[in-house]
Amino acid sequence: MDLHEYQAKELFRAAGIPVPPGEVATTPAEAEKLAAKFGGTVVVKAQVHSGGRGKAGGVKLAKTPAEARAHAEKILGMEIKGLTVRKVLVAPGEQIATEAYVGVLIDRAKQAPVFIVSAAGGIDIETVAKETPEKVRKLVVDPRYGLLPHQAYWLANFLYDDEGLIKQASKIMSQLYDCFVSNGASMAEINPMITTPSGEVKAIDAKMSIDDNELFRRPEVAKMRDTEAEPPSEALARTAGLSFVKLDGNVGCCVNGAGLAMATMDLVKYYGGSPANFLDIGGSSNPDKVVAALQIITSDPNVKAILFNIFGGITRCDDVANGILEAMKRIDIKPPIVIRLTGTNEEVALEILAKAGFFAYTSMDEVVEKAVQLASA
Amino acid sequence: MAIFTDKSTKLLVQGITGRDGSFHTREMIAYGTQVVGGVTPGKGGQTFDGPGGRKVPIFNSMDEAVAATGANASVIFVPPAFAASAIMEAADAGISLVVAITEGVPVLDMTRAHAFARDRGARVLGPNCPGLLTVGGAKIGILPGRIASPGPVGVVSRSGTLTYEAVHLLTRAGLGQTTCVGIGGDPLIGTNFIDCLSAFEKDPATEAVVMIGEIGGTDEQQAAAFAKSSMSKPVVGFIAGQTAPPGRRMGHAGAIISGAEGTALEKVKALEASGITVAKRPADIVGLVKAALA
Repeated sequence: MDLHEYQAKELFRAAGIPVPPGEVATTPAEAEKLAAKFGGTVVVKAQVHSGGRGKAGGVKLAKTPAEARAHAEKILGMEIKGLTVRKVLVAPGEQIATEAYVGVLIDRAKQAPVFIVSAAGGIDIETVAKETPEKVRKLVVDPRYGLLPHQAYWLANFLYDDEGLIKQASKIMSQLYDCFVSNGASMAEINPMITTPSGEVKAIDAKMSIDDNELFRRPEVAKMRDTEAEPPSEALARTAGLSFVKLDGNVGCCVNGAGLAMATMDLVKYYGGSPANFLDIGGSSNPDKVVAALQIITSDPNVKAILFNIFGGITRCDDVANGILEAMKRIDIKPPIVIRLTGTNEEVALEILAKAGFFAYTSMDEVVEKAVQLASA
Repeated sequence: MAIFTDKSTKLLVQGITGRDGSFHTREMIAYGTQVVGGVTPGKGGQTFDGPGGRKVPIFNSMDEAVAATGANASVIFVPPAFAASAIMEAADAGISLVVAITEGVPVLDMTRAHAFARDRGARVLGPNCPGLLTVGGAKIGILPGRIASPGPVGVVSRSGTLTYEAVHLLTRAGLGQTTCVGIGGDPLIGTNFIDCLSAFEKDPATEAVVMIGEIGGTDEQQAAAFAKSSMSKPVVGFIAGQTAPPGRRMGHAGAIISGAEGTALEKVKALEASGITVAKRPADIVGLVKAALA
């Protein structure tokens, strides 16, 4: 789960990291009021789950409250990488002497949190790491001990020569690590971490992603989810316990298992079609899940055909067959449905469907080809 | 012959009294797996009723269970909040193969559990995996036993049902298997493709390997390099997720393209560059394996 900048900053502040003040506005009038309250130059920043906000025109400096209002008017409602901006953060402008990058994330290969720091801040760290690896210092943290003080110092020492700055930055590294762990993050980033002409180190931007698997035990973090920032169909899927990602095609897919779901989407493309979604109904064959899945798929007007691909291992094919029939009773489904069921209790399932007038395939290729054909008809 | 497990494997089930644990314990026993005990704290001294009147003793802790049964493997069905701790308990009790089925284990928990298990020499399979099945030997986990048949093909995959699909296709085409391993869909897993390829290479009964990967991470690319440098047996590959958009998690926590890394195209290229033939769709796996064995 991605957090907005203002939310990540709240967690940073709670961890003791020096973050300048800032407040959120949802209307231009609120932005103007906040600018007047802070006084002087302020920055107006789009709050969306996307990088490249500055390049897209979503970050602007305003010298007066009226200018802040004008910027907010433009930024609110603007689309950045397909996401609509609904909130802006208004914060006092900072005097910047230097900019650095500090990030911590889970490294899959090392199976541990890894710190990445660079004195080349404010820009894309992946590019810096690739093109000029000497400008980046990395540290693998042993998760059993956490970030040790001398390691924090080693990282800070790579960024600054001044002992005062090194001390402040070391402390921020340790605080960032604690914030990362105590909130169950998979990524936390300060970009840029600045120094001011008077010798202070501060975090003026914040980015954080939380491991979805942590949310059950962190209700206060889970509450930060911005349901407006995701398509309504994905919010609905989450409540129903389904894994769903909306795509642009016209073949609706309902599959059990994530790998098989991806392979099914790929096969739709192989046969010349285009998948409308990724959907994994999971191991359970609860009819309610099938109903929810069909509701979500049919809410997309692009869907011209719906395809079920079920390989019954733990999932019983007869349960899914009953779920499909139950869903047909409860909701009005216009696009044609084609079904493939194989595995546990396949024979019973085919009989149930045949009685209801459905033909079910047992091969994945046949059902996908048929669905693509129906969708393009 | 097979990899990681065989008829002599003595298995403990952690979370044997839960809904999934009890269901799959019966299935494992029915397949012929030696389930020597189960662990559920607070239920020590009770017994679990297996199929055919089999009684399985239940213990309060792994420590007691291992001492009483001489078990060398365990399978974990406990809820996500307790899964990492169950893995560490198994490793501490001297278990050498820990199969973690549980989905949704917090990643930070797993950073500690993997480090802990590594230090104690325990192999962890998973988490978020279907387990493994040695045909005619032992089944540890939730893979449906009846889709497999004995033969010369080793199967390793990050997925569950997609593995069943591949195994089912192989069986129907008369291509049986040695061991089928699901390594799991999480970003941090204990046993990776290279571990399995290396074990299949050493297994005299395995003549060819099917490797089923997906988007996210670089495990497949490293496995491809390994196959090229260290394997004499043919490998047939498949990569799921060519149509997956970047930056979105496709069900599995580990199935996410980050930046330019982890795309299906990149993986297919790496596999092909290492001499691995890659199936364009699951159904093509059969023909490629036949060709590889010819």
